[in-house]
Amino acid sequence: MASLLFRAALFLTLVATGGFIVYIVAQNKTVYKWSYRILAAGFVFHTLFFIQRYYALGVAPVLTLKAAFSFFAWAIIGAYLVLHLKFRLMVLGSFVSPLAAFLMIISSTLPTVETSIKPIFRSAWLAVHVGTIFVGNGIFAMTFVAAIMYLIQEYQIKKKKFGTFYARLPSLETLDSVNRYSLMYGFPFLTVGMITGAIYAQCALGSYWRWDPKEVWSLVTWLFYAALLHERLAVGWRGRRAAILAIAAFLVLIFTFVGASLWLSDYHSFKHLGTQTGL
Amino acid sequence: MTRIVNIGMNHETAPVELRECLAKEPGTPDVALAGMRELACIKEGLFLSTCNRVEALFTTEDPREAKTAVISLMSRLGGISGEAFSSHIFVNEDIDAVRHIFRVASSLDSMVVGEPQILGQIKEAYARATREKTSGVILNRLMHRAFHVAKRVRSETGISDAAVSVSYAAVELAKKIFYDLSGKTVLLIGAGEMAELAARHLLNQGIGSLRVANRSFRRAVEVAQHFDASPVYFDEIGAQLLEADIVISSTGSPEFVISYPLVKGSLRKRRNRPLFIIDIAVPRDVEPRVNDLGNVYVYDIDDLKGVIQINMTQRQQEALKAGRIVEEEVIKFEKWLRTLEVVPTIKSLKEKVEAIRKTELKKSLAGQGDFTFSQTRVIEKLTASIAEKIINDPILFLKEKADRPSKNTYLDIARKLFNLDSTNEQEGR
Repeated sequence: MASLLFRAALFLTLVATGGFIVYIVAQNKTVYKWSYRILAAGFVFHTLFFIQRYYALGVAPVLTLKAAFSFFAWAIIGAYLVLHLKFRLMVLGSFVSPLAAFLMIISSTLPTVETSIKPIFRSAWLAVHVGTIFVGNGIFAMTFVAAIMYLIQEYQIKKKKFGTFYARLPSLETLDSVNRYSLMYGFPFLTVGMITGAIYAQCALGSYWRWDPKEVWSLVTWLFYAALLHERLAVGWRGRRAAILAIAAFLVLIFTFVGASLWLSDYHSFKHLGTQTGL
Repeated sequence: MTRIVNIGMNHETAPVELRECLAKEPGTPDVALAGMRELACIKEGLFLSTCNRVEALFTTEDPREAKTAVISLMSRLGGISGEAFSSHIFVNEDIDAVRHIFRVASSLDSMVVGEPQILGQIKEAYARATREKTSGVILNRLMHRAFHVAKRVRSETGISDAAVSVSYAAVELAKKIFYDLSGKTVLLIGAGEMAELAARHLLNQGIGSLRVANRSFRRAVEVAQHFDASPVYFDEIGAQLLEADIVISSTGSPEFVISYPLVKGSLRKRRNRPLFIIDIAVPRDVEPRVNDLGNVYVYDIDDLKGVIQINMTQRQQEALKAGRIVEEEVIKFEKWLRTLEVVPTIKSLKEKVEAIRKTELKKSLAGQGDFTFSQTRVIEKLTASIAEKIINDPILFLKEKADRPSKNTYLDIARKLFNLDSTNEQEGR
């Protein structure tokens, strides 16, 4: 059942991604409309998949890397669908959807690892901690995508070289405001995610902060975004420089998510979650 | 036989002095339309007048007389001698007139190909014709088809996508930087046709405020009055840069008016808001290095011309596609036009009845194998004479109307009543 739901979600996301790519090439609005609907349908299946898993496992289904990739993709699509309501930026889908599809493909190729559900996982703090972090990550993915689009468009306008993307991408001000808006909404989620993580650690392990590599890198990520937010709101940074920093911050975030989880981490590592050395 | 004739002049055939003679009075189209209605040889008429074209479109039985009459009407209205007038006009007849009006509506005949205003102007001219009841079966159909063609051209080709004038290209670029121009502040430095045109385009986009600077403050006040803008001192430019979002510069100054340090110094106070500088002046007013500053975009006249060049090539390709659409619709219209003659209508009426008779006969006789040959003959004869009697009166009526002015109306009604256009018309609707 669960794998069927996930496969349906994956299939719909791939179809939507294909549609979004056709849209950006052919600029056909009907193709866009259907791609958007298909993506939304895929999102619904994906959501059902998580609900099903949650009831089957009894804990938030985020304990394996496979599940984490899937959850990340879900958060990205969710953030896009919400952002779309505000900005109605059609071309954004053509950038976001492939990213989400890529993460879902990675997730589907990873082997299913049966983790033993230890009692400490049965905590609401875990769900809140992981949930808010990932919602924040999903929103920051929008910041990242908008920043890339901004740099492409800015380059064309600045250098006066108008390629195929010029007509297809929105105005600089629009992209910059998507960037700013998603940054402003993503940051509280990341912050809450880190605080609840600390509370969870206190409840489960007896200490707020253990200098675990993932914790340290998360802090670095948080500092990057805090700096970006500060520069934007207080100093008045915008445009190119803000876009470059947003991209750098997202790369740190990805490193924290993948790198620190796989190679560096101690108890946060997915490798150790199911074994004795982990939590 | 009814003919469609179109007489007019446009930016290619007539100089502006001549065109404006007919366009300067706002009431001219009404007078022209009334004049055309008075002419007995004209059955339906429409009069179009814009700043780039003046055209009369009408249907007539006697094209030669009607042409002379309309030309003398137009030259009288414009106060131009008939000779001077005749050498600057074009005359299109029948299918050429149809093609021409389709091309005009799709903005393929415009000075700036693809500009969108013309369709609205044609719709207005048509609305006037319907109000004054000078349009009839043919023009109604023709104009509706023209609107349809224009819509197709716009949605199926990229003909109106890209700007092809310097001032318009500047506005397009501004939109790619700011998206929404409402509330933006524009600073116009100097004066000049192109710069003022760009300012006018920007005002049409709903910018918040326009300031005008000029070496001569008196001139600044004059230009500002023209635009309902506020004049500022030339030495104030540095301070104005803090507030402006778009700067259009077009002075005759030999040295730079906007220097690198001037702009650099303003960036932080502007909180890095994007600044779009359009430098139309030759020699240039803006130091080229300014473009290297973050969030500042400088376009000089050559850059803008480069943008236009790209767009022009693109438009020419799209115009080809649009021409194909027009041709397609012209052929469809021609087909319909031909049905408006009495003989083809009678012919298709007979054909339709005969087809119905044959199908029904076949249906009834199938499965009734026990009729003799002579019995079948009787049934066939009977159905044929019933069918003939039924359509006899309508045919006589149409033949009688063949030479009347109301012919087209009756033919149109007859075709609709008997649904004669269902096969070749569905695709056209």
